[in-house]
Parts: sequence; C-alpha cells; structure tokens
Amino acid sequence: MFKLETIHANLWYGNKQALKDISIGMEPNTVTAFIGPSGCGKSTLLRCFNRMNDLIENTSIEGKFLLDKEDIYTGMDVYELRKKIGMVFQKPNPFPKSIFDNVAYGLRILGEKNRTVIKDKVEHSLKNAALWEEVNDSLTKSALSLSGGQQQRLCIARTLAIEPTVVLMDEPASALDPISTAKIEDLVYELKKKFTIVIVTHNMQQAARISDKTAFFYLGELVEFDKTEKIFTNPQNERTQNYVTGRFG
Amino acid sequence: MKKRSLTGARLTDVLFKYIALSFTILALAVLVILLVDIFSKGLGRIHWDFFRNLPSRHAERSGIMTALAGMLSLLFFTILFALPVGIMAGVYLQEYGKRNRFAKFIEINIANLAGVPSVIYGILGLTFFVRILKLGNSLIAGAFTLSLLILPIIIVATREAIRAVPDSLREASYGMGATKWQTTSKIVFPSALGGILTGIILAISRAIGETAPLLVIGALVYVPFIPEGPGDQFTTLPIQIFNWTSRPQAAFIVNAAAGIIVLLLITFLLNSIAIYIRNKWYKKIKY
Repeated sequence: MFKLETIHANLWYGNKQALKDISIGMEPNTVTAFIGPSGCGKSTLLRCFNRMNDLIENTSIEGKFLLDKEDIYTGMDVYELRKKIGMVFQKPNPFPKSIFDNVAYGLRILGEKNRTVIKDKVEHSLKNAALWEEVNDSLTKSALSLSGGQQQRLCIARTLAIEPTVVLMDEPASALDPISTAKIEDLVYELKKKFTIVIVTHNMQQAARISDKTAFFYLGELVEFDKTEKIFTNPQNERTQNYVTGRFG
Repeated sequence: MKKRSLTGARLTDVLFKYIALSFTILALAVLVILLVDIFSKGLGRIHWDFFRNLPSRHAERSGIMTALAGMLSLLFFTILFALPVGIMAGVYLQEYGKRNRFAKFIEINIANLAGVPSVIYGILGLTFFVRILKLGNSLIAGAFTLSLLILPIIIVATREAIRAVPDSLREASYGMGATKWQTTSKIVFPSALGGILTGIILAISRAIGETAPLLVIGALVYVPFIPEGPGDQFTTLPIQIFNWTSRPQAAFIVNAAAGIIVLLLITFLLNSIAIYIRNKWYKKIKY
C-alpha cells in the first residue's frame, strides 16, 4: 500500500513538458530520494504532491496523484492537502517573526487559540526537529538571528507542527555547511519513524546515506526507481549508472 | 605605451571624481545659501506668539495658528481617505491582480499620475469636488484633492514594498495550508509594512508642501478662524507663506521666512521618521 503515489503523471509549463508519464509510489515511513541533473523534473514532481505548482501560471497536469488512495487534485481541498503534506524548501525561509511564532504559525492559521496547546505543540515540534536544546531559552528572539542550519531545522519544526503525514524536502541541505547538513540528515533518519519523507537532492552521497529508495530522473522521465542500495551498486539502466558514478550531471 | 594609456585612464578617473564632487558641492551650496538666508531673516520671529496668533494686517502681530490648524486638519482628512484606498489598491495590484496587458496599462498610468503637475489635480478638484459635488472651497474638498495627489505615491510605494517580500515566504505560508488572505495579512503585509509606512510618510510630506492645487480649488489666503469641521473653509502654511511673500512690507517677508522655517522643520522631521522606519524595517526582513 502506497502512502503517496502518481499514476501516468504528465506536466507542462506552457508548451514545455516537464514530466513525462511518471508512475511512482512511496511506502509509508520510508525515505525516498529523487536524484537527477538540474531540470530533470524532480523538484517539479515533488511540488505536484502538495500542489505548489498551482501557484505557477500556465501549468497543466495530467494523470493521477494519490495520497492514501485519495486523489490530491480532485478528492480534497488544497488547504487540507497542504496540512497533510508538509514541505521544506531549499533555502531556509523562516518568517520575520520570533522563533516561537514561526512554529506556531501553522497552528494559528488552523484556528488553534488555546495557548497551552500551542505552547506544547511548539515545544514538541522543536524537539522533533532537534532544535529545542539550542533555542529553548530564546523563543522570543527573531528567527532570523539563527544560523542557516538552525533556520532550516526551524522550518522543519514549523512544518512538523501542523502534524502532516508526509514531509517533502526540496534540497533541504544544499544551502548549508557540512555540520548542519549532517544534523539535517540525522533528523531525516529520525523523522521517518513518524512520517513519510520524499527528499530531492543533488548530493548523491546524501541520497545513499539517508534514503530507502531512490528514483533517478532524466529530462522529465523516471529512468529508474529501486532500492537505494541497488541504484548505487547495481543500476539496471546505463544512464543511471553514468549519473551515480559521476560521469555526467 | 601600455603604461602611458594607464596613466591617461587614471587621470580621467581622478578628473571625473573631482568634477562630480564639485557639482555635489554646488548643489549643497545652493541649499546652504537658501537656508542661511531664511534662517537669518526668520529665526528671530519664531517664538511662542508666532504659533499662537491669528493672521493680521500688522506683520508683527501675525501668526500661523490658523494655517497650522488648517494644515493639520487637512492632512488628517487626506490621510483618512488616501491611506485605505492607496494601500488596498497597492495590495490588490501586486498580490491579487493578474499579470496581463490591462494590469500593465494600469501600472503605467499610475506611475504617470505620480508625475502629473499638482495644479492639474487642483483643476480636477475644482471641477469635481467643489463644483459637481458642491463641496465648496471646504476642508473636505481640499482633502479629497490632496488625496488624489498622493494616492499614486502610496500605491506605488505599497506595491514596491510588497514586491520586496521574498516569494519564499509566500511559498512557506501556502505550503502550510494557509489561504491567500492568511498569507497576505499575516506574512506579506507585516513584512512590507516598513516600506509602506515609509511611502506614506513621504507622501504626507509631499502633501504638506502643496500650495497650487489648494489655491486652485479656492483655499483662502486669509482665514482668521480655526476650521471646526470638514465643511469649513481653511488655509494652510504654504498658502500663508505665499500670502506673506506677496505683501510689499518687509516685515511680512520676515514672517514668511519664519513660516518657511516651521514648514522645513516639519518636512525634515517627517522625512527623518521615514528614513528611520525604513532602515529599521529593512534590517528586519533582509535575507
């Protein structure tokens, strides 16, 4: 049973086809890595799952996108969907608010008024994002005073606060230094116990380290999708082999 | 050969620097001369009574009370009308409006409106507010006219400020299931507020200095009373100054200089506030 699934998905930006007949399924409580050279469609596919592509004009989509077997585009409200499928972006993008207010934002837009509930959930989310120890005495400080790595974990905490079941990560560590990156990777490993994670990455070692399954995309096509171990040690497709061994990309 | 051309280039470099510097000094010198002239003439006239007295045909008994009161009430009503309309329009155009030809057309026209001479607004005000709406040469007609004048400034400032809010913040908000309204009201608008406030204050300081449109709609040059309601007649500080400078007696010129000092200080104060807010806010949302 797949948590998240696409069946024969196609996507066009204007006349340009960015996704070509993609069918892929993610099992619950796994980490799936999307790899491939720039412009291969991996981020585009990721953004289909929480309908962020809706914000881009001139986009047309075909095929099925399913969350728990329910159609993402026709079976549910987009706002409900985005509460179930959280997203962490490439560049840390905390709001220019306090650390606390950043994490509480999602709860507040959901209409949560009870301060104790908000406080508890903020603490819980910051702990889940492995940030609590570092910020518990400075929750009222501006989120922008944090380091890049801390900001990214704050963004993760912010996403976790609304209790999604799937977390999409679009190159979450590409703007971070190696130590911060390691922390994010550890975090992803921890998070998969509670969430289903899909992560786009340019870093092949990262994909190898943290993911259970890896999908290789090239020019809008899904070239190969298999267990991470297999993709990196014994890929079936020559293009995959060339990419993971660093011969192109 | 190579060395010579390098010296030539360096010479041009130095030369240009000094030419630019001398023009800067020239511009500043004009300002300094103006200020020295006004302050030497008018400073002695500035004391408590100058602010408290009504206008009078005796220069030394004349004051700016009615002009100040008129100006402040005029500004109050102007802000009351222009602020909500300007901000809403700016938010709509930048955040909601579609990017098509029509939007471009509106955009260009608003930018053009900001450059229309203020007298034209005066004529519009005279025709529409004073004559057609029969508001007369009242405070409210003046406020409407000035509102039209500063609307484009507020709209453009609001749009610029909203455009400066990074898309990544909008995405973060949408990504958490926020609606457009939640994103705009809780994330985009607060982040843009500094820029919007700056624009508003600059618009106000522009409105303060305006004389021409108010003269056109028939603001009086001699008002011996303080306006008590929006339907009253009024005068403002620039008009009072204009009136004094057109008098033949030297003593009135001194009054005018004193009035100018007051006007300058108010404008200077407003602009300083605008700069302060801008610096403070942009530090906050810088990425």
